[in-house]
Amino acid sequence: MRQLIARRLLQTIPMLFFVSIVCFAMIKMAPGDPVLNFVTPSMHADDIERVRHNLGLDQPAYVQYFHWLKECLTGNLGYSLVNHKPVLGQILERLPATAGLVGISIALAVLLAIPLGLLAGAYRNRWVDKLVNLLAYIGISIPLFWLGILFMYFFALKLGLLPSMGMRTIGKDSALDMIKHGILPCSVLTISFLSSYVRYIRSSTIGQLKEDYVQIQYAFGSNQTAILFRHVTKHVLLPVITLLGLSMAELVAGAIVTETVFTWPGIGSLTVTAAKGMDYPIIMGVTLFSSLMLMLGNLAADLLYSVADPRIKQTR
Amino acid sequence: MNRSKWRNVRNELFSNKWGIAAVIVLVIFTIGAILAFLAPYDPNKLNVLERLHKPSAAHWFGTDDYGRDYFSRALYGGRVSLLVGFTSMLLATTIGVIVGIASGYFGGWLDNVLMRAVEVFMSIPSFLLLLLLSVLLKPSVTGIVLIISFLMWMSISRIIRAETMSAKEREFVLYARASGQSSLGIIIRHILPNLMPVIIVGASNTIGSAIMLESSLSFLGFGVQLPTATWGSMLNNAQGYIGQAPYMAIFPGLFIFLTVLSFNVLGDILRVGFEPKLSRR
Repeated sequence: MRQLIARRLLQTIPMLFFVSIVCFAMIKMAPGDPVLNFVTPSMHADDIERVRHNLGLDQPAYVQYFHWLKECLTGNLGYSLVNHKPVLGQILERLPATAGLVGISIALAVLLAIPLGLLAGAYRNRWVDKLVNLLAYIGISIPLFWLGILFMYFFALKLGLLPSMGMRTIGKDSALDMIKHGILPCSVLTISFLSSYVRYIRSSTIGQLKEDYVQIQYAFGSNQTAILFRHVTKHVLLPVITLLGLSMAELVAGAIVTETVFTWPGIGSLTVTAAKGMDYPIIMGVTLFSSLMLMLGNLAADLLYSVADPRIKQTR
Repeated sequence: MNRSKWRNVRNELFSNKWGIAAVIVLVIFTIGAILAFLAPYDPNKLNVLERLHKPSAAHWFGTDDYGRDYFSRALYGGRVSLLVGFTSMLLATTIGVIVGIASGYFGGWLDNVLMRAVEVFMSIPSFLLLLLLSVLLKPSVTGIVLIISFLMWMSISRIIRAETMSAKEREFVLYARASGQSSLGIIIRHILPNLMPVIIVGASNTIGSAIMLESSLSFLGFGVQLPTATWGSMLNNAQGYIGQAPYMAIFPGLFIFLTVLSFNVLGDILRVGFEPKLSRR
């Protein structure tokens, strides 16, 4: 086990290294000379050269890369070009709003997907299955921004039930107020996660029902409900771990479009605002941060999976 | 890839009412996109006197905030959206197939290098990368197609690699090799035809996701530059008028939804049709 963890960690490091090279290459591709941010009209040409030297921009690219990497590792992801605040600080400031929204949506989606997927798999081609399948198809194919706009139109504008924008009403600071603001974006995200989870759980239920242990339980006289919820569930939960691991990255930037529709003050809207203002250090920071989360999520999923099911041989 | 397989697929497609519906939707949208020049109005012509008119006989889908005919804009928007989706799919599938076959057929260090590259690309969230690249490069429509395909070839290449590895061990390939055919000849004549089902299913799913990516990007205001309409950018605009003109939000979103839905349905039907073993849903 310890060996496995060590090996997977060792595999993650070169991956991180390559991802950082790709990101650094992007920074270099960015138009405009970063030195110009520091230049004032009264500066001479040799002053500008000195600024360039102080920033290390006269060094060869690989030296610059290692310098940048060192800064990244010590938590300095650079500064915003617009408000000159540290990138990491701004990301961390927005993280709770996004992680909360996406986390709750994922949790709800999993809680709904497990019973629905089990039922659809057990009653294949019956009306439950057909309904679940239809909803899953719709959920996968519907553009989230459109769903968001439709929800906003019906529930906020037509029925006036829920607020359509932001996270808080100005002047109010209650938990209830925040929940009310969260319902619409959360439902949109839940629908999108639910549709992909449910298909996954359905097909793994179908696979499990063919296994020997199910036949044995039937032979022992268990009824279908008991088998489904006591035995099959356990096996179906395994792949859910992988899904959750893959969703780690979503916690950071999985709600860009939804947050924009509902002006939810999370990382998604931070990214879009930054993109509109050509503030690429921020986008870069968000990209790096969520790549890291994606890799850690994959790692965690692999490890949890092999703890939960020791039969799985780690081949990768 | 023989005739009976095609017959299977055709039967599967036309015995399934969802399949027929998907084909009809896609045919209508394609014809609409091709014949967009027959549109009743110029899609970019402003007419401030007629702004925000409700759908009527003169303006089937109403007019937008600049008085532009929404039906004409939807036709032209569909042309861009479908074109971006289709060309991105072609390019992404081509890259994916080439990388996958090279990796699976030749193996060794080439396989190692290519698969590590796939992993690196897969560890960067693709929508963020898309956003970043479109901010840095301010791409044209061609540029957007290039970027989208650049971000979508990985999963296809993985599937193709696995299929190539199994196809390469089959008898007909071994015979071909023993009879002295070149690697390229074997790949083109024996391996590629066997991969066609996987490629077609992968392509069908890719086109849906490509359209979705482009629409999301245009919705956020990046993507294809104004005043060229795409379904995504029409929705971006519509959001500001949702109270006065909800039809502006309903039409383009509905079209994206129907297109992506049709491609997803088609992809699943093709998969079942090509692999009858994979029991019917």
